[in-house]
Amino acid sequence: MEVVVSLAIGVLASAGVWLVLRPRTFQVLIGLSLLSYAVNLFIFSVGSLSIDKEPIVQAGLAPDLVNYTDPLPQSLVLTAIVIGFATTALFLVVLLALRGLSGGDHVDGEEERP
Amino acid sequence: MTEMLPLPMQPLVIAPVLLPLATAAMLLLLGEPRRVSAAVLSLASTLAGLVLAVALLLRVDHQDAPAAFGVYLPGNWPVPFGIVLVVDRLSALMMVLAGSAGLAALLFSLARWQRAGVHFHPLFQLQLTGLYGAFLTADLFNLFVFFEVLLAASYGLLMHGGGGARVRAGLHYIAINLVASLLFLIGVALLYGVTGTLNMADIAQKLPHVPASDRGLLHAGAAILAIAFLAKAAVWPLNFWLPPAYCAAGAPVAALFAILTKVGVYALLRLWTLCFPASAGASALFGGEVLAWGGMATLAFGAVGMMASQRLDRLAGFSVIASSGTLLAAISFDAPALSAGALFYLASSTLAGCALFLLVELMERARQVELAPLPDDDEYLPDFLDAEPPRDTNLDDQEEALIGRAFPAALAFLGLAFLLCALVVAGLPPLSGFVGKVAMLAALLDAPVGAAGVVACVTLFVLLVASGLLAATALVRVGIRHFWAPQNRSSPRLRVVECVPIALLLAACLLLVVRGEPALAYVRAAADALHQPQPYIDAVLGAQPVRREVTAGKRFAP
Repeated sequence: MEVVVSLAIGVLASAGVWLVLRPRTFQVLIGLSLLSYAVNLFIFSVGSLSIDKEPIVQAGLAPDLVNYTDPLPQSLVLTAIVIGFATTALFLVVLLALRGLSGGDHVDGEEERP
Repeated sequence: MTEMLPLPMQPLVIAPVLLPLATAAMLLLLGEPRRVSAAVLSLASTLAGLVLAVALLLRVDHQDAPAAFGVYLPGNWPVPFGIVLVVDRLSALMMVLAGSAGLAALLFSLARWQRAGVHFHPLFQLQLTGLYGAFLTADLFNLFVFFEVLLAASYGLLMHGGGGARVRAGLHYIAINLVASLLFLIGVALLYGVTGTLNMADIAQKLPHVPASDRGLLHAGAAILAIAFLAKAAVWPLNFWLPPAYCAAGAPVAALFAILTKVGVYALLRLWTLCFPASAGASALFGGEVLAWGGMATLAFGAVGMMASQRLDRLAGFSVIASSGTLLAAISFDAPALSAGALFYLASSTLAGCALFLLVELMERARQVELAPLPDDDEYLPDFLDAEPPRDTNLDDQEEALIGRAFPAALAFLGLAFLLCALVVAGLPPLSGFVGKVAMLAALLDAPVGAAGVVACVTLFVLLVASGLLAATALVRVGIRHFWAPQNRSSPRLRVVECVPIALLLAACLLLVVRGEPALAYVRAAADALHQPQPYIDAVLGAQPVRREVTAGKRFAP
């Protein structure tokens, strides 16, 4: 499972970095989204990956990290998702505004001069 | 050891965060059309925030040094688990600076900027919420949340007034800050993975016990976190976003942004001195050399940028970069005396930078005499040098007419304010910039060799002096263009509400000189506390939640 998660993080992050460096605003937006997925998965994975150990205390099981997964990274991810979603939506609005003002989708508002 | 605030003072610690937050909510409910009541409410709240910050500063300073902290547990959870807000001398100083810059910017905006777009006042209050919160929090993830609050508000404020240039600069600014926030998250996650806690004091306490196998991961996390802060503090080479963004922003917004780079500096200063003091064992002073040389490169970049700037607003942007570099380089030597000078310099450069951004607009207005009421479209702003009237505009007969005319008061005010501003920014004698620089230079002369060695000490010394010279040259050039060279121009129309904040900021700079001894004593105590983090750690970890026996007894009774 560790390999699958790290591969997913790696692929998402590399695709995100590549897209963020592209000159089109929509590519940058998608790149930022992919990067935030990668980061969210990464935060999730620092709390040690485990199966069937949801952090809900059950009767008869001692509340420690042997029996449950760490709940804190999950709450951090939740916060990070909300904040990331909001800022990405804001970016989308600015993207549309720039498109309306400049008539193009280049990040600088104008095409590069040769 | 730990001097806790008496109980009635404790809730005061969270008040600077709640007050602007509640005001922003009320302003949203109030709606957009009621501008006068919105302005009054916003102004009252900002003023009250500043008063609270000053009260906290006085309260913290009156306690017996060096253990002067106010600790507040917002959720009443026991310490390493819940969020903690802590006010110490550094936080209080930063809060007073943020409050002063906020009040000045808000006053200035009342003249016309508040009408340039929608939701100016709520965004402004949210920005203050984020600033106060970032300075108060002692929890790493909470710091991230407050960073996002202040950044989200700054995105809106940056684009306040609209126009192509602002939206373009805003897009770049948002993209860069989103990437920096993602790096912030990665750094926080790594630190949590290694230490198992998010409380800054708890992290600092656990760092020396991190096993050697995890130390690489720890350093990687700290470095990634630092990159996020360095990008916000505008350190070379992560600072190319700053001049366009600050130039595009409206004058009051740019003035408020003068404190935003200082938030990055503050976060670095807080975390670096807390987590990697000289006593931290294997990680002692981790990254100190990077901070030192990065800061010096930034200082050189900012000084050269000031010389190269053709427009006053770009010059102001580069002066922010230069002061950021000075601060980072100075704190990285791990010498309390040097850090004390840097903190004094931080106070004076923030106030002067704020005043400079406000002056920029008034001076540009003096150039382009009486144009449209709102400089909506930046395309029409004349280039700083190119738009200079050719020499033959000063006809002889015109000049004679000028001699007979009384010197306009508005121009006199602008000239005087610019002169004072330039003296502080360049660090020239009678004003506060000079005191800060001399404190740093004196500390460099007799400082023990810090993390970065003798070469770094000498380089910083030379750079501090040389950057002052470059800044003075650049500012004098602007002054000659605007005030000295005889030009045929009518006096700019200034409103009192635009002049008052500039006068207040410069008066604060003067006050820093007149009351220089207590101010220096304060920053010295703050720097000593920073470089000896153990009392801070003890104060945070020793805080006890408020007991509520009645409900607790009922709920957990079998």
